Amino acid sequence: MFGLKGDWSLEVKDRYFTLEDYSGAEPRWCTGCGDHGILAAVHRVCRDAQLEPEKTVAVSGIGCSSRLPHYMNTYGFHGLHGRALPVACGIKSRRPDLDVWVATGDGDCFSIGAAHWVHAMRYNMDMTMLVFDNGIYGLTKKQTSPTTPLDVPTNTHPSGSLLPPLNPLTVTLGITNVSFVAQIVDWNAQLRHQVIKMAHEHKGTGFVRIIQRCPVYVEAIGKALQNEPARMRLLTHEFGVEVDDSVKRLFPNHGEHDPTDLPAALKIAADDSVLPLGILYRNPDAPCYDQMSSEGLEMSAQEKLAGLNQAFDHFAI
Amino acid sequence: MSGKHTQEDTRYLFKRDKTWWVKLAVPRELRDVLGYDLRRSLHTRDLEEARSARWDAIAEFREKIESATAEQIMGSTPSAAAKREHHEAGHQIVKEHTVEIVSDSGEGAQKCGQIFGLVCGKMGNGVWTVEIIPAEIQPPARERQGASGIRVRMGSHYVTNMGDQADLVVAFNEQVLYSRIANGAYRKGTVVLLENMWAEDPDEKIRQQYAEALQDFYAQGLIVHELPIQKECLKLVENPRRGKNMFVLGMLCHIYQRDVDKAKEEIAKTFRKKSAKVVEINHKLFDAGYAFARDNLDYEYEIPSADDERLASAIVVNGNQAAGLGVMAAGIDLVAMYPITPATSASHYLADDFNLTGGFVHQAEDEIAAIGFAIGASYAGKTACTITSGPGMALKTEMIGLAVMAELPLVIIDVQRGGPSTGLPTKIEQGDLLSTLFGVPGDSPKVVIAAATIAECLEFVSVARRIAESFRTPVIVLTDANLATGVQPIARPDVTEDWFPPPLDQSDWDEDVPPYDWDEETGLSERPIPGMRNGEYILTGLAHNRQSKIAYDSASNQEGAIMRSRKLATLAATLKPPEVHGDETGDLLIVSWGSTHGAIEEAVDRARDAGKSVASVHLRFLSPLEPGLEEIFRGFRKVMTIELNYSDDPEHPLINKETRRYAQLAQVLRSHTLMDIDCWSVVPGHPLSPGRICQVIDTHLGKLEGVH
Repeated sequence: MFGLKGDWSLEVKDRYFTLEDYSGAEPRWCTGCGDHGILAAVHRVCRDAQLEPEKTVAVSGIGCSSRLPHYMNTYGFHGLHGRALPVACGIKSRRPDLDVWVATGDGDCFSIGAAHWVHAMRYNMDMTMLVFDNGIYGLTKKQTSPTTPLDVPTNTHPSGSLLPPLNPLTVTLGITNVSFVAQIVDWNAQLRHQVIKMAHEHKGTGFVRIIQRCPVYVEAIGKALQNEPARMRLLTHEFGVEVDDSVKRLFPNHGEHDPTDLPAALKIAADDSVLPLGILYRNPDAPCYDQMSSEGLEMSAQEKLAGLNQAFDHFAI
Repeated sequence: MSGKHTQEDTRYLFKRDKTWWVKLAVPRELRDVLGYDLRRSLHTRDLEEARSARWDAIAEFREKIESATAEQIMGSTPSAAAKREHHEAGHQIVKEHTVEIVSDSGEGAQKCGQIFGLVCGKMGNGVWTVEIIPAEIQPPARERQGASGIRVRMGSHYVTNMGDQADLVVAFNEQVLYSRIANGAYRKGTVVLLENMWAEDPDEKIRQQYAEALQDFYAQGLIVHELPIQKECLKLVENPRRGKNMFVLGMLCHIYQRDVDKAKEEIAKTFRKKSAKVVEINHKLFDAGYAFARDNLDYEYEIPSADDERLASAIVVNGNQAAGLGVMAAGIDLVAMYPITPATSASHYLADDFNLTGGFVHQAEDEIAAIGFAIGASYAGKTACTITSGPGMALKTEMIGLAVMAELPLVIIDVQRGGPSTGLPTKIEQGDLLSTLFGVPGDSPKVVIAAATIAECLEFVSVARRIAESFRTPVIVLTDANLATGVQPIARPDVTEDWFPPPLDQSDWDEDVPPYDWDEETGLSERPIPGMRNGEYILTGLAHNRQSKIAYDSASNQEGAIMRSRKLATLAATLKPPEVHGDETGDLLIVSWGSTHGAIEEAVDRARDAGKSVASVHLRFLSPLEPGLEEIFRGFRKVMTIELNYSDDPEHPLINKETRRYAQLAQVLRSHTLMDIDCWSVVPGHPLSPGRICQVIDTHLGKLEGVH
């Protein structure tokens, strides 16, 4: 296909990718699961960016969310429960040329993988991180997750979960060197697409918490939000998301928030009564560990050999 | 004594920090009883006064000698406390010597020994140096358990282990000697050069401790020479706590006739980051120590150079530095680690030099993340390495299983320490063999190799990387705290570009070839690397088919398991049987693995020199095992392993055929060969000495007698 370059000259690309080029196996998520919409958004963002499928890697842990790589037609790594981030960071560290996506969930990221979550935010490697947060363990069949709302009955807490849910936004925003924090709901296509696209374009780790419906185990959580739009607040800003009026009509509670204002973002995140949507924080200038860790990758074999001999010299007698 | 003071009459006199002392040599036959000489202070700085005062003392000394002679003639035995070992004076040529320098921590004993070891290496001796490390970072001073120091074994042959009891010890205080004595580090006749400042310490308790310790040491047969090291150093520096070590280095360099210029060159190198003034004062301290030993000690040793090609062009490294160099030589450019003793110093070294070969040390948030990061790198086409120790291995278990299941190349270095749990962080044990072989749930075939020497700590990383890539598997390299802290000159490896992996392949993948295109015969397959067009696949830790699609069906699961296991058989087919050290038939065969190699071969050599029918065989590959073991074992009446891990004592009343738990390699070999392989193993936290192994050999050969 072709397009116009910045200098108005015609750019002829030998490859043009359609949505189909990013589609892998037929998704096996339940009917009505919010994951379908997220996958569609990912395919679209890949298409928009014309990512080369062979240069794209989707990394996941274990859980419903973590099936995502199988539904991509790119490279993928479906690893261990909670451990998507270290693997993704290792890939990016050696191969900065690859476009890395991480699909994880509330159990995978906020519970068993919590240590990696904290540190991956600090590393701030250039990747897109989508947390599919449905507030329940789905794949293992309805156990309490760190974000299960209070009093929701589960198979591990039949009389209702005991503890108030973890607030992933305040935690993430509190981590030094965090550079992009956003939140969306799975059921608004425009917001979903725009925020995931911005997370992808962001230089650093684009963290998106996606409130995602699980109609099989905790239908009420999603329903309650859908029925009460006032419980959500859409954050708009010229440096954040800009949505058209159709979206604003769906979220009557909306207002401006400057995503460069970290204290304001923390305040918004800490307010449990309203669920903020949009970009809470964005700092394109935060240092990225992939740039620090990949220095030296271009060294030739001859240079390495010379370096090795220098190292031997340090011990020579 | 040399004749330094002969210009004037200083007969029987010597000066210690400006004060005159009197000294009378004890006749050789009485030195067991009275020590090398009798001496005492004359409490004067005036030479004339000393000259006249000496005669009373000399008379008193002569009386002592006469009565001791009389006692000896009458055949009475001196009391144990008074019995002193005999020590030869003069210039002696010896084949090897083992020296220890022990002090409170922070007094620089280790630096002193390191430089001494380097100088010995430069002079062509075989050398093994090992640090004596207290458990705490800053233990209190003069604490029996707080010994910090170093052992240097040097010889006219290539030295492969830390040896038996020390021949000579320099001790900065008397208390630190106790933990070494408890470890069996000394023998009757070991010469102790002891700092004597404590004899005049203002604290009465310390003076008393010192006096009591001296009696203890004599009773144990140590030859103690009390030396005024502190006082001599005070002539040059205000605080000899820093600097005393260089004085001691000077003493040792005289005692062992080391090259002064080489030693000074090493001192300058050691302090190269400090000012010229620092180098100068350390040189002065060195000279003072050298002169002091020359003027005050009447013995010196010569250890002729070893004629060994490994020493011709050598690098002097410990096993962890060797592993770090091995990573670079293997062309690996990522080590992901989490701090853990005793593995971390490998990463410390790499953090210094890794940039020379374009590498990076990633300090991860935990052990799991460390191996996860390495696995990510390997998946992306750059085989990476993670370095850890036992507890870290336990945490990495699930990730190792993933690498096995997904057939990812990966190099895992396990620097073993004492276990289980936190165990003995700084000390050696060969306790991780079974857990590395079998510690992953499900069937988890992987390659496990064990370095026997410091040189192999370097080479085996390269071997591991190549096997990992060719066989698409994680490879575990076992080393241990003995190798990690032992320092030895090893032959400088001749690394060429073909040690490095080929450049990252980003050519198009044949879309008709699935990501697990298993060869039925060998189990081997090629893998697509991200970036390769048409190679896109989703790696999964779930059971999968050739297409890497999740496959829970019986046939796919069985096929995957077969293919992963088949690779080990394929690798085994490329291995050669291990070589027997000694005759290929005989009474007793010792089987060993890992860092006990040097001590065991040395013990076997000694036993064979004494006419005993014993041989040894050392295994480097533990999974798969090297071929031909059963045939080798059949050449001997008895086969046993000697290991540094736990096994039950077969003599205990509760231990019988059914209850006995064998040492780890013995367990493996018993199931592998169905032969009745015995074992002897202990968990002392320190390496085995050749002497101890000789005793084990004698005991087991003894049991064989009469069983003809």
